[in-house]
Amino acid sequence: MAIRVQVAAFDPGAEVNALHAANMGVGAVVSFVGYVRDFNDGREVAGMFLEHYPGMTEKALAKIMVEAEQRWPLLSLEVLHRIGALEPGEPIVFVGVASAHRQAAFDACAFVMDYLKTRAPFWKKEQTAEGPRWVEGRASDEAAADRWK
Amino acid sequence: MKLNVVFFARYREALGLDSESVDGEFASIDQLRAHLAQRGGAWQILAESNLMCARNEELCKLDEGLADGDEVAFFPPVTGG
Repeated sequence: MAIRVQVAAFDPGAEVNALHAANMGVGAVVSFVGYVRDFNDGREVAGMFLEHYPGMTEKALAKIMVEAEQRWPLLSLEVLHRIGALEPGEPIVFVGVASAHRQAAFDACAFVMDYLKTRAPFWKKEQTAEGPRWVEGRASDEAAADRWK
Repeated sequence: MKLNVVFFARYREALGLDSESVDGEFASIDQLRAHLAQRGGAWQILAESNLMCARNEELCKLDEGLADGDEVAFFPPVTGG
């Protein structure tokens, strides 16, 4: 299990490759990459700032990942989340799951993202032509997390 | 009890404050929140119905109890990912 919260950019392809390179028992890797869009909620987005709660962020991610490992037979699990200033097109988040077979990897990846969206202390502030604005939480994210209860 | 209260994102900006040491007796986080919200002005933001909170860096509900030395965080719904 690996957690990285970092300012630096990352290469999603390299992260995926690393998930199976260390273990020949890995038969399936599922990954999710979230990117900064250049348009959101009716406005062009020029950039974004990711704020977080140092200390709690790592604990919250670890809790989600431990729960995923208890629910599914996983061989490897990585969450990487960027903080600080980001530009459109840049990756924000990476979730990578390795398992022997695909279903556990698919489900665990979706679970980790759904819980991260509603339980990990990150906040996005967008820079738009009309000025900065905080991204609001979405009810659909809550509904997505509820399906795992 | 002495508490370290921290604020994030939209709340931090509205209050112009990222943390405050608060002295008092509170049976729950909700009592602490009500105490702060009744200061009026920008503090009323803490009365928002979708406010989230954490005790000692762990998400919790508003009825969570408190102990001396706790760190309590108030923040709007999270939007990472």
